[in-house]
This record gives sequence, structure tokens and C-alpha cells, in this order.
Amino acid sequence: MGYFDGVWAIWVREVTVFMREKERVVSAVVTPLFWIFAFGAGLGATVEIQGMSYQQFVFPGIVAMAILFGSIFYGMYIIWDRKLDFLKEVLVAPVPRSAVFLGKMLGGMTDSLLQAVVLLIIGYIFGFVGSFGAFLLAALFAVVVAACLVSLGLIIGANMKSPEGFNLVMSFVMWPMFMLSGALFPVQNLPPYLNVLITINPLTYGVDLMRLALLGTTEFGAAVDIVVLVLATLVFAFVGTKSFERMQI
Amino acid sequence: MVEKLAISIEKLSKRFGDLKAVDGISLQVKEGEVFALLGPNGAGKTTTISMLTGLLAPTAGKATVAGFDVAREPLKVRQNIGVVFQQPSVDDLLSGRENLEMHALLYNVPAKGRRERIDEMVSLVGLTARQHAKVREFSGGMRKRLEIARGILHHPKVLFLDEPTTGLDPQTRQHIWKYIARMSKREGTTIVFTTHYLEEAEQFAERVAIIDHGKIIAVGKPHELVGELGGDTVELRAKRPEEVAAKLRRFKFVRGVKVNGNLVRATVKESHRNLPLLLKSLSGIEAMEIRPATLNEVFIKYTGKGIREDAAEGGFWERMMDPNNR
Repeated sequence: MGYFDGVWAIWVREVTVFMREKERVVSAVVTPLFWIFAFGAGLGATVEIQGMSYQQFVFPGIVAMAILFGSIFYGMYIIWDRKLDFLKEVLVAPVPRSAVFLGKMLGGMTDSLLQAVVLLIIGYIFGFVGSFGAFLLAALFAVVVAACLVSLGLIIGANMKSPEGFNLVMSFVMWPMFMLSGALFPVQNLPPYLNVLITINPLTYGVDLMRLALLGTTEFGAAVDIVVLVLATLVFAFVGTKSFERMQI
Repeated sequence: MVEKLAISIEKLSKRFGDLKAVDGISLQVKEGEVFALLGPNGAGKTTTISMLTGLLAPTAGKATVAGFDVAREPLKVRQNIGVVFQQPSVDDLLSGRENLEMHALLYNVPAKGRRERIDEMVSLVGLTARQHAKVREFSGGMRKRLEIARGILHHPKVLFLDEPTTGLDPQTRQHIWKYIARMSKREGTTIVFTTHYLEEAEQFAERVAIIDHGKIIAVGKPHELVGELGGDTVELRAKRPEEVAAKLRRFKFVRGVKVNGNLVRATVKESHRNLPLLLKSLSGIEAMEIRPATLNEVFIKYTGKGIREDAAEGGFWERMMDPNNR
């Protein structure tokens, strides 16, 4: 039972900290709202996509973005554990590193899901979420997307030695993943070089899933989206566990 | 009956680039023993403990803790140890009690009796009243105490304490040491600790190792090491130091006479009886300092410096020479 006690202990810690750090929750929700109500409304005044308002179109992409940013930031919080020296307590504990990884992953997924749910509630109020069924389906898909992105975030966090790498990750991972995911524009009719990047970006399939749940449209189909995301999650989780096993103080 | 070893280290080394932080040390600690690692800052004490607790991979050599190889069976090692780090590693964002609860889960403390055990630990370190406050609001001393409570919460077989009492007031230090000593007796816990307070090592350690520049330069029981000094250290300031030194060397009870500038240092056996004799025969003595034989003298003998080189640990002599203090 030691293994799951370890997973549980770390999950409880992560969720307790998340719920306690109001700044983290607030900022995680406010930024997406700017995208929807400033960017979305502004651009929406002149643009219409696939017969719907731009705000309507962009909302699922913004939910996916919130999961992306939340997950990667979450992974990078390991740097703070390191700074606070708290990481030592976890590294020296008699728990396999895979259990530490799993606990962290589930903790991050919980955080991301909570953020997504807050956004979905706001979307429900403003009419971007058509029905309660769509709400539930989007929340369910959010878990699949978060599993993949949190694992990626944890790989980054485990391999970062200092907070100075933060901007690099923003510039070379988070923004490109967001911009080239189809979150802001439809992925058809793009130049081929962009198409390659979009195709290998796991977030593309996350955005597609969210759009399927919330708008009923899909580019690749639910099966392809889920298979790609699950496979990516397995690869990331494997690499992440290895990174955790290599971690020293 | 063969005495079991809690820790066995063979030619253990750790390099950081060009720096040999730990340079081929070998050491054995018996089960139930209280053992102190002493050394100046940067001597390699913390690096050694990091390797023994599996936080750092050794560059070369072998070490077993509680019978398990630290490199090959790190998980088994970790199941048997407790660690109190030099820099408190308690979680800032949780409360004191939450830290202990999480630790109990990570270390498989049985659910039955868990709460009572945590209560006991919290009260041992005097944090009962503040246990529900966030560690972020704790003072340095409180963090340290919480860290100690956490390190012993799960009844480890081997307990590593890296400067556990630095920054604590003398009363708390005594209190915690007494508990640790009692625990070691009652549960047969092996204790390995480092400290800046040599009197703690003298009082509580059964054996000490002095480590400097990554090497062990002396191992033994504190009173044996002190005994090897062969007496108290006497420092004389004289007008004609060579003359004084020559006279000193004639006495049977004086050993290790050394001249340094106008300072003469010597080891005097039974100084309380022999010093008056000495002084009668010497002339031109301007000042004198007697340092009774303690672990600190042992330490200075082997490392050439005091254990706290950055703290103004000067005795009478240095104080006299300090222009601000005349």
C-alpha cells in the first residue's frame, strides 16, 4: 500500500497548495477571460468563422489554452519546491519516483480540471456552452488534455535547474504550442510548413476535442484525438518518470 | 556475537568538476551508535550525508546503510532512514501538522496511532500551540524544530542529522538532544550527526570522525582523542620566545613546543599542578593563555583551525589584541 499512500500524499499536498494559493487560481482564470472578452470580442466585431461569432469559435480554444498554461506552469513549480528545499523531503522519501510523478501528475490534472471548470461555468453563463451535456463532455475531455500537458510540464520542471529558464519555456514551448494549435483560427488551408507543426502539436488534438464537445465540429474525429493524446501522455509520462528518477538535489 | 554495522563506507568519493568534495573516505558505524562527523565548513560533511541518503550519486566507492547499498537499493535505504537537513526542507505552503501528516503517509506510518505519534512529536519540539499555522509564518528555529520532529516521526533505524541544532536556543538544544539520546537507547536507533557545537559532540557522541578537505583525518571516542593531546594547551607571549621555548623543552611534562612570532605554544600535562612550576623558572612572559584539552583542541590540532572560522571564536589572546576591545 506504500505506493498509493505516496501518490495520495503528494496529490493531497498539490491540491491543498493550489486551493490555498488564491493568486494562482485567480490568475489562471483571469488571463483566459481577457482572451475571450477582449481579444475575442474585439476581433469578433469584424470576423465570423464557420457561420458563428468569433467569440463562440475561440472559446473552446481558450479553454484548451488555459489547460496548457496551467499545466506547464504547474510543472515548472517544481523549481519552487527545489528553491524551498522541500523537494529534498520528497526525493529522500521511501517512495518510488514513479509514485512521486503520478502524484504530481494527478495533482496537476486536478488543478487544470478545476480551472477549466471555472471557465466552462463562465462560458455557460455567457452562452458559449450550449448544454449541460456539452459542459460535462468538455470537462471529461479536459482531463484527457490535462493528463498529456501536465506530463509535459513535469518533464520540463524536472529538468529545469533555475527559474531563469522560465522565459525560454514561454517563448519556445507555450506560445508556439498555443499559436499552432488551431485555438485561434481553423487549421484548414494553411501553408504546408505550418501544417507540419500543427500536426505534431498535441494541443491541436486537445483543441479539436474541446471544439467537438462545445461546438459539435471536429477536424480529426474524437477517436483520433483521444488516441493521439493518450499516446502522447504515455510517452511524456515515461520520459517524465525517467527524469524524476534522475533528479538529484 | 558479531556487532552489526549500521553504516559501512568504502573509499567513497564525490567530485564536482575539479573539486573533490569527498575524497575516498572509509568509515564504519555500528548499530545503535551515536556518531558525529566534525569538520570545518566545506569539509564534505553534507556531501557525505547526501550520498548516504541517496540524494547524490557517488562518483566512486561504495556505501551501505542499514545493510543496503545506497547506489543499488536506494528505496530500501530510504525505508530505514530519517533525515534532518541543514536547510530546513519543510513545506512552506502547508501547516506544521500537515507537513507531519504528509510525512507519515510517505513513510508508511501505520494509520493506527498515527495521530498520537504526530501529537507526541509536535509537543516534543514545543510546537503544539502553532501546529496549525502555515510554516511560511514560522521562524527559523521553529522550522528547524519541525524538521527534527519530522525526521524522527517514523522511527527510523538510522537517523542523519545535518547540523540539527544550529540556530536553536541552548534550552531547546539540550531538550532535543536528550530526546534523541533516549530514543537511540530505547529503540536502538543509529544516529549520525554533524554539528558546529563541539560540546554537543563531546557530550552525546560515542565516536567522532574529524573530516577536512574531503578526507577523514581522525576517528575515535571523544575522550580518547582528547586524551591523545596529552594535556592542556598553554600559549605564552614572550620577549625572547626562543629562550622560553628552550627552557620549556627541558621539562618532562611539556610536549610539542612550537614558536610562532613571539608566541610560544606547548602542551602541558596536568597544567593545574605544573604551571606554577613553569612560571617560576621563566622570565619575560608578557601574557599567557591556557586552553584546557577539549575536542576543540583536537580539532585545531588536526585541521589547523577552529570549527567556526567565520565566527569570532577568539580566546583571551585575540580579544586582547583586538584594537576595538581595549
